[in-house]
Amino acid sequence: MKEFSCFDIIGPIMIGPSSSHTAGAARLGKIAAIIAGEKDIVKVKFLLHGSFAKTYKGHGTDKALMAGILGMNPWDERLKNSFEIAEERDIKFDFIEANLGIEHPNTVKFIIIRRDGSEVTVKGSSIGGGSIKISEIDDQKVEFNGDYPTLIIKHKDVPGMISKVSTVISQAGINIAFLKVYRKSRGLTAAMIFETDEIIPDGLLPLIKNLGNIESIRCINPLTEGK
Amino acid sequence: MFVNTGKELMDTCSKENMPIYKYVLLQEMEENNKTEKVILDKMNRNLKVMRASAEYGLTHEVTSVSGLIGRDAVKVYKYAKSKNTICGEFLVKAMARALSSSEVNAAMGKIVAAPTAGSCGILPAVIISTGEKYDKTDEDLIKALLTAAGVGIIIAKNATLAGAEGGCQAECGSAAAMASAAVVEMLGGTPKQALDAAAIVIKNILGLVCDPIAGLVEIPCAKRNIGGTVSALSTADLVLSGVESKIPFDDCVAAMYTIGKQMPCELRETAMGGLAVTKTGLKLKNSIK
Repeated sequence: MKEFSCFDIIGPIMIGPSSSHTAGAARLGKIAAIIAGEKDIVKVKFLLHGSFAKTYKGHGTDKALMAGILGMNPWDERLKNSFEIAEERDIKFDFIEANLGIEHPNTVKFIIIRRDGSEVTVKGSSIGGGSIKISEIDDQKVEFNGDYPTLIIKHKDVPGMISKVSTVISQAGINIAFLKVYRKSRGLTAAMIFETDEIIPDGLLPLIKNLGNIESIRCINPLTEGK
Repeated sequence: MFVNTGKELMDTCSKENMPIYKYVLLQEMEENNKTEKVILDKMNRNLKVMRASAEYGLTHEVTSVSGLIGRDAVKVYKYAKSKNTICGEFLVKAMARALSSSEVNAAMGKIVAAPTAGSCGILPAVIISTGEKYDKTDEDLIKALLTAAGVGIIIAKNATLAGAEGGCQAECGSAAAMASAAVVEMLGGTPKQALDAAAIVIKNILGLVCDPIAGLVEIPCAKRNIGGTVSALSTADLVLSGVESKIPFDDCVAAMYTIGKQMPCELRETAMGGLAVTKTGLKLKNSIK
């Protein structure tokens, strides 16, 4: 039998109207923004699939997704004003109803344009009760849910990378709960996703970067409910 | 590990001679390695948001994002104070509070999912109104929320709290069952009486489908929060008078789950059946810009 905390039942504190269509959407947006580099985002195209496509206006899914991109948490009361805030920050956005194939009904694909013109894509689903899963980054299949502190490391596919990075992580006293590795083809870019038991401190990222052959590092620490 | 059934919960509470809320608190401390203060503080933050959402709509006209619902809690609150109500000021005010939270939720305001956003009006309306009537402290209300959570955990373990899985009986039904148990315990009822209240509430809501207009958490959700609130409060009175549930809580939860499984997917949050596809339901859907 699954175990529950009393705060799984009474909670979370969130902006309505729907944990899956609003709170989960904000979480997806927030994680997509961290992956793309929050400060460099100039334009976002949201491809909405299934129930997200059919009901996004009435559920405020669009506003919640944009709020997440702006770094807001699911309980931030500015969430409903996210379009205005995006305009103030000069971030362009567009919502497109799309068929993304066989996917969870509440799925969105973010196409994010960065200041330097580069494009980052992230696909994820809101799977119920505000929980989410990220299933694709830059067309590479991945799988994590943001419940654990998560490190996403893109690197050159050379021998020894996993051992080097995991050594740095363990020396910081951080226990690795899950590790998944991905690559498209030998010798090109590969990716590692670490999910850890402890919060990942900012100071750890330069240490990993210095190992060499690292293309990018993104760190997603879980959202903790505000006061 | 948290007990799996209502029966185990009653047995544990009676063996240790403690109320449900105490058991929930001790389990939360043990399982998640948290202090009592951390847990009570966090539940207090939930209570504060619940109170704000249950009160705001009483004096402010709130309209949903789609425009389909809103501005009703104000009316009900005003009527509650008119001294001319059938059910009396207490119950009508509780109804207004349930509606207030539902309106705030549909207008993208801040609420506490309890257990879900769609059913967020019931628990605040029931415990805040009862607390007000009996001069209970915030500490008492926090304990009531823990009792409610305990009942919710058992339902979640054995059935579901999601409309998509079990229909509205699993959302508003669970919320009302949790709320009824919570106020029974707050007013001195035993764990057995609390679970009897939860059982009776579930019995009276079995089979309720989830058929939201346009797939939105608005029609009929807001009014089903009122229904759940009235059921929770009247059942609490019933149980405190000494009436017992002939069918125990665990059986009621099992029946609810089975019925949820037997519901066609059209009646589980997909907006493809029930009220959602009535002539008016479809007209309302098409009226949203």
